[in-house]
Amino acid sequence: MKIGVVTFPGTLDDRDAQRAVRIAGGEVVKLWHADANLHAVDAVVLPGGFSFGDYLRCGAIAAQAPVMERIIDAANGGMPVLGICNGFQVLVESHLLPGGLIRNENQHFICRDQKLIVENVDTPWTNGFKLGQEITIPLKNGEGGYIADEETLKKLEGEGLIAFRYFEVNPNGSVNNIAGLRNERGNVVGLMPHPEHAVEPGFGPDTPLAMRSGIDGLTFFTSVLNQVVNS
Amino acid sequence: MPKADLLDPAGKAVANALQRKGHAEISNVRIGKRIELHYVNPPTEADIATAKQIAADFLSNGVIEDVVNVFVEN
Repeated sequence: MKIGVVTFPGTLDDRDAQRAVRIAGGEVVKLWHADANLHAVDAVVLPGGFSFGDYLRCGAIAAQAPVMERIIDAANGGMPVLGICNGFQVLVESHLLPGGLIRNENQHFICRDQKLIVENVDTPWTNGFKLGQEITIPLKNGEGGYIADEETLKKLEGEGLIAFRYFEVNPNGSVNNIAGLRNERGNVVGLMPHPEHAVEPGFGPDTPLAMRSGIDGLTFFTSVLNQVVNS
Repeated sequence: MPKADLLDPAGKAVANALQRKGHAEISNVRIGKRIELHYVNPPTEADIATAKQIAADFLSNGVIEDVVNVFVEN
């Protein structure tokens, strides 16, 4: 199964996202922001970083990139798309997910191992989790405060479109502790924390069992591979 | 401009500095963006209409920002 990982100028976590796909058992296809086609991938990951230097707004210029035209079409056709951190911002700027992301409430860049609650498992990226499961993956952002207008929030809450919530600590002032969203169809998921940094023992968050042994992020990638194989 | 009801950390930092300088008459500071579009020829009415569209669709994000003004300047 081919998972495309997009690199925009200024993307940082594309290599880790590629590695996560490989560890999960998928085949990586490197996509470039200027690509005019998706090279027959089955799913796409938009990784974290600072695409186009966060100029204008985080993710705003990346959302206009040629590869995004193809990704928006494919996403509207049901292809699984995961946006992580800056990738989430790109999804919001592309209007594939609603709302916006603003500077963290306390104005600091936050880097921590973050507990989340899985709020929705009916997506290709979360089907390997249990509903209500607590997971820990790294979070690192400066502009991760999720906001949306009242009407949008009502819809997100009412229709079960919140995929992840921050647990115990709300690190950036996101409304309703929202850490990640899914679209109505479920194929598009975006979140601020970084699953691709918690996929291999020795390099993940600490767990009660051992230092850096946390691999909760791997389930995102095994989920989509299972989904693609089964569909 | 950032929407009125949103936290504007940059504006707040400047407001705090002005308070420290003794400017008690200033209650708040908000910081927005000025974006210049330079045209090959003097812009027509149609160009201005297109510029307003660009401002709404791309240069601003309606969820967090308001377009305050679009105008022609020499």
